[in-house]
Amino acid sequence: MKNIVVIGGGIAGMEASAFLAAKGYSVDLIEKNDTLGGRLANWDRLFPTMRRGSEVTEFLAEGVMQEAVKVHLSADIVRVERHHDTFLLVTTQGNELHCDAILLATGYDLFDARRKEEYGYGIYDNVITSADLEQIFSSGRDILTQKGKKPSRVGFVHCVGSRDEKAGHTYCSKVCCVTGVKQAIEVKQQIPDAEIFNFYMDLRMYGMHFEALYKKAQEDFNVQFVRGRLSEAAENLDGSLALKVEDTLAGRPMKINVDLLVLLVGCTPSEGTRKMASLLGLKLGFNGFFKTTDQHTMTNYSDIPGVFFAGTCIGPNTITNAITDARAAATAIDIYLSGNQLANRKMKPHEEFWLYPSH
Amino acid sequence: MNYNHFVIPFAAGALILFAILVARYAYWIVQMPRSDRRKAWTGFFRPAFFRSLWEVFRESLIHKKVFRVNAMLGWMHMSFAFGWFLLIIFGTIETKFHKHKVFNMPYDPIFLRYFEHDEKQFFFSQGFSFVMDFLLLILLAATFLAIFKRIRSRFFGMKRTTRLILGDRIALYSLWSVFPLRFLAESFTSGLHHNGGFLTGTAGIAFSSFLPLQQLELPAWWAYSSALFVFFVFLPFSRYNHIPTELFLIFLRNCGIKTSGRFSGFTEFEIYSCSRCGICIDKCQLAEVRPQQTQAVYFLQQIRRNILQPQTTFNCLQCGRCTEFCPVGIKADTLRSIKRTDYSLEYGFSYKYAEEKIPPPALPVDVGYFAGCMTHLTPSIKIAMENIMKKAGVRYHFIDRDGTVCCGRPLSLSGNERQARLLMRENKYIIRNSGIKTLVTSCPICLRVFRESYDLGIEVLHHSQYLLRLAEEGKISLKPTDAVFAYHDPCDLGRGLKIYEEPRMLIARCGELLHTQQEKNEALCCGNSLADFVTPEPRKQEMRDHTLQELLLNNPDALITACPLCKKSLTYGSNVPVKDIAELVAENQ
Ligand code: SF4
Ligand code: SF4
Ligand code: SF4
Repeated sequence: MKNIVVIGGGIAGMEASAFLAAKGYSVDLIEKNDTLGGRLANWDRLFPTMRRGSEVTEFLAEGVMQEAVKVHLSADIVRVERHHDTFLLVTTQGNELHCDAILLATGYDLFDARRKEEYGYGIYDNVITSADLEQIFSSGRDILTQKGKKPSRVGFVHCVGSRDEKAGHTYCSKVCCVTGVKQAIEVKQQIPDAEIFNFYMDLRMYGMHFEALYKKAQEDFNVQFVRGRLSEAAENLDGSLALKVEDTLAGRPMKINVDLLVLLVGCTPSEGTRKMASLLGLKLGFNGFFKTTDQHTMTNYSDIPGVFFAGTCIGPNTITNAITDARAAATAIDIYLSGNQLANRKMKPHEEFWLYPSH
Repeated sequence: MNYNHFVIPFAAGALILFAILVARYAYWIVQMPRSDRRKAWTGFFRPAFFRSLWEVFRESLIHKKVFRVNAMLGWMHMSFAFGWFLLIIFGTIETKFHKHKVFNMPYDPIFLRYFEHDEKQFFFSQGFSFVMDFLLLILLAATFLAIFKRIRSRFFGMKRTTRLILGDRIALYSLWSVFPLRFLAESFTSGLHHNGGFLTGTAGIAFSSFLPLQQLELPAWWAYSSALFVFFVFLPFSRYNHIPTELFLIFLRNCGIKTSGRFSGFTEFEIYSCSRCGICIDKCQLAEVRPQQTQAVYFLQQIRRNILQPQTTFNCLQCGRCTEFCPVGIKADTLRSIKRTDYSLEYGFSYKYAEEKIPPPALPVDVGYFAGCMTHLTPSIKIAMENIMKKAGVRYHFIDRDGTVCCGRPLSLSGNERQARLLMRENKYIIRNSGIKTLVTSCPICLRVFRESYDLGIEVLHHSQYLLRLAEEGKISLKPTDAVFAYHDPCDLGRGLKIYEEPRMLIARCGELLHTQQEKNEALCCGNSLADFVTPEPRKQEMRDHTLQELLLNNPDALITACPLCKKSLTYGSNVPVKDIAELVAENQ
């Protein structure tokens, strides 16, 4: 029986493991935390359905359980050796795993909002990130300012650490716009008389039903969408925040006070991605995510035969797409291991860097 | 009188050169502001004159600053300059002895060997021919080194050499041929008349064994003279123009004349003093990340050729590294910022806010704190400053607490002198109106323009200077820790204002300070300069990453800097915390 090691026990890693095991492979799933579920575990409700994230996690876990995937929790890879077409991986617990294929599902990290100091995260008490807000939602606590007051004005800032050349992340993180819309609705549901402002550059409601969610936010929840980039936040004496925003639709700078500011932090390449890239000698793309063999046709393939990708380690994505991608990766690995000719198709190489200014 | 037709090219070349230079220098001197001219005239009778002579010896002949860059390079420059100088001096003395008269033809020293064959007839004549041959040998070696440098510049510590234009090439090749031709001509004559020293004498004997020297002698002297002609005629239009011009520049500088806010006769002297040595190319971090020819040498070259592109004018970090390393001391960064005022880029921003700003009322305190726009974007710095002052019990006036009127420097860096003046006027009014006696700012950009252009009449300090003062007065005490730090010198604070020690002394009170490869006046730029309007962001980040690599080489626990802009730039690329000096002080207070 052929062995496969899947690295990363988030959405993509879980679903791909289950599918591969169902196909009859022996699968080891390596997860650095002590539970499976990855970043989904920190998310309360999901856009656009408002279903609980935990329902999806349970569904995925059911697959992993049912197919008897060998799960290694609190484990990490410390060494990789490549012998012809097999690999040896050594974990932090000292387990030696021989395998015929590796699936990387190392996911993403959240942008560290402290780096964008002008927004005051980590400095001003009433600046939080979208991830912090999810935690408040899941804990069932009330949304309060640091001084325990119910906020009467809440601001959401889009594109924090995304589409930001200075921050070194020029790409769109895809999911934060719709997260911002979803969270704005949730805050409004909890505090009906609060005024909510979303500051955006463009709103990217690209997924099925996202536009409807956006429409609902405006019509039913009276969320105000202001086109403009936040330039700086300063703390007032009472702990509220004075925002300076360039309103690019009205073409004038605007000043506004809010009691709570939520930063919609973007996705960045994960620590695990960088680590596995260096252990395996894999190339990273211009944006720091894994570089796939082809942008259109070979998104699950790496440049090393037998090493595959699934999920957000190749770029930001939604839960829906991460699951689809995991199943696709499982199929790709199956085709590869069964020696089918399909696996040998080649595309002419493309140059990703032509898109970016080099000189 | 010694004469042969072949002296004509040399004499004609020398005359043409002289005429061009005189005309040019006279024109520039006329163009200098009257006050500068007065300084120059009186300079002749002051110590400035002797200081200049000493500097000419040190820099134009010995090339001390080039030695600092690379010993081989220094040797090459020195042997050309000092060797040729001595050759002329000794040659002249030799002819005086020879002729027993003080006045002889100016070309006599150049062609002496051809005209005078009986060399044993005067005092120390053998000594002279030895010295002259020895100097020739040095110059031949220098020629060899110069050719070698064009092929393998790395041996001279240079990754890149200047890309030469046609005039430079012709002058260069003629210079390369001058000394080998002199060697051949003297050897041929010596082969016929046995009047050479150890080098030309021996070579002459060797040549005579297989060459028809009778027929070759005259053509060789013609070639030598013609090479000199070409060199002289092309000199004013080539890099070698720096040889005469630098002498004037050194004198004018010693007379106290500076590069001021506009182009004048003095800046012409400066621009034409560039030797295109190319030292500034490697020192410019832009050369590492982009192929564009925008470094000081090319900028000056474009001005000289009257083909300056706006692209070149605005593609510069204004980091000052070129100026710092330039052996001639050309203030290329200042020249570039002056050039920018030729293009007034109107961005369509409105600066009404400055006029609408209500100045904060005067307070009966001595110290004013001016955070600056950039510091408002890195609020931990201003919070740290406020905490320190509160703890130290200092009463202060936070001048721009409710928003800053920009200091104006970003605008002047973009060439918008007019709008910059407008903001400066407002700000000056606000600061004066506040009644403070000491102005402290966290931003080196503001600090520089406050000091250089505001004329506030009060003490203006960077917060590192002020914090050190508080520490020395015992108003704050710093707890030493085991932590290890590296320090990044901001360009405007370091090379711009020469503030190197105060931040370092503060860090040393909080932990251990590591040395870095290039520090203080040699420090690298963080890449995020406001002054560069051309380099794309990813290339700026490449420079930043290179700078970080050097700074983090010895694994410090934190990286300290003293500029909000540097902090921002470095933070995005660093894997260790980046802090402003004020934050470090606040944490250890
Ligand atoms: S999804 Fe929206 S908020 Fe997120 S990076 Fe893209 S545009 Fe910005
Ligand atoms: S500017 Fe200075 S360093 Fe640069 S080429 Fe000219 S003389 Fe050399
Ligand atoms: S100031 Fe700096 S960036 Fe500009 S030319 Fe000189 S070294 Fe290069």
